[in-house]
Amino acid sequence: MLEASDVAVLRGERVIFSGLRLTVSPGEAVVLTGANGAGKSTLLRVLAGLVGLAEGRVLWNGEDALADRAAHAARLRYLAHADALKPGLSVAENLQFWARQWGGDIPAALEAVGLAPLAELPARMLSAGQKRRLALARLALAPCPIWLLDEPSVGLDAASIARLGALLRRHRAAGGLVVAATHVPLPLDGAREHRLDGLPAGVPA
Amino acid sequence: MIALLRREMLLAARHPADTLAAVLFFLLVTALFPFGVGPAPDTLARLAPGALIAAALLAALLPLDRLFGAEAEDGSLDQLLLSGLSGAQIAGAKAVAHWLTTGGPLLLAAPVAGAMLNLPVEAWPVAMLALGLATLFLSLLGTAGAALTLGARRGGVLLPLLVLPLAIPAVIFGAAAIEAAAGAGTPRPFLLLLGALVAAALPLAPLAAGAALRAD
Repeated sequence: MLEASDVAVLRGERVIFSGLRLTVSPGEAVVLTGANGAGKSTLLRVLAGLVGLAEGRVLWNGEDALADRAAHAARLRYLAHADALKPGLSVAENLQFWARQWGGDIPAALEAVGLAPLAELPARMLSAGQKRRLALARLALAPCPIWLLDEPSVGLDAASIARLGALLRRHRAAGGLVVAATHVPLPLDGAREHRLDGLPAGVPA
Repeated sequence: MIALLRREMLLAARHPADTLAAVLFFLLVTALFPFGVGPAPDTLARLAPGALIAAALLAALLPLDRLFGAEAEDGSLDQLLLSGLSGAQIAGAKAVAHWLTTGGPLLLAAPVAGAMLNLPVEAWPVAMLALGLATLFLSLLGTAGAALTLGARRGGVLLPLLVLPLAIPAVIFGAAAIEAAAGAGTPRPFLLLLGALVAAALPLAPLAAGAALRAD
């Protein structure tokens, strides 16, 4: 179970959010919504342990998740806005390092996002949607309990969104949890919505 | 960590221009000296040790500001920090990869540069050893510098200002070793001192760089 308890984050002098509480159980999916700048991406980075907290804690099964960052990193996958691809490497080579790090089968992961026929193509030749699918292929490499997804469906066509839906179903059926930030409906059944409203009341900006 | 090093080497192999640029820069800087001080062989041989080391360190600085900058821009740095490797491991792999793709090739170009500066042939092995150790020291310092200046505006300008003063001991001992080998002296103590610098930087620089990467 992933939990954020009374989390506050500052960026410079500005309070991004404070007093934030969020609990996600295994198999559950939470969709973060809110206006641009409400802190959706920041919350995902907080849960990933990439952003320092001003207050509060991030808990995994009741224990401080960020006490051992390497252990926390090992149990999560973070799909950021940026696709983190190297244009000079081929589609398959882009996954190589991650497959060595986490285990997993590259051809199967490419198959899951429909990129198998393009495995040898340099990543610079891919369209924006195909790049997004290659970034998603990292999720398909090896099972992992926590998925943090920042606008996972941006640029995807209908067939790819269906494949993303299949990936998400498989992940949740295996007991994985999902926290996704999005502006558009995602292929997630029974997802809970968590709305971020920007600055909470009573907090000096 | 080995996996990251393999990734770095594969990337370097796909972008050989960076390595080539550093080697050509090194050769061009050393080629400027005969034009500047005149082609008298004795004068050149006197200048050769210092010129070689200084040119090699400048050339090795060239690709440093992209070391973490490129990773941060395309989002890879966040992913690397979540890959299960510690910040120090990432920085260590980066430093080794930087040396293999710039310091190593510079060694191969050192005889050419040495010949242009009229460095006696018997001093070439020591010159390559001294250059190897000095560039390794710079790779380690530079990785820490690159991690510290990451995200700073004008980081590319700040980086040499931060790193080069710290590299002065490597210039002193490296040039002294080559000079000793070219003359009658023994280069051994200077090479040992260079080795000591590298031995000190080997654990410290990746730790500092790792901490800087973690600090957002």
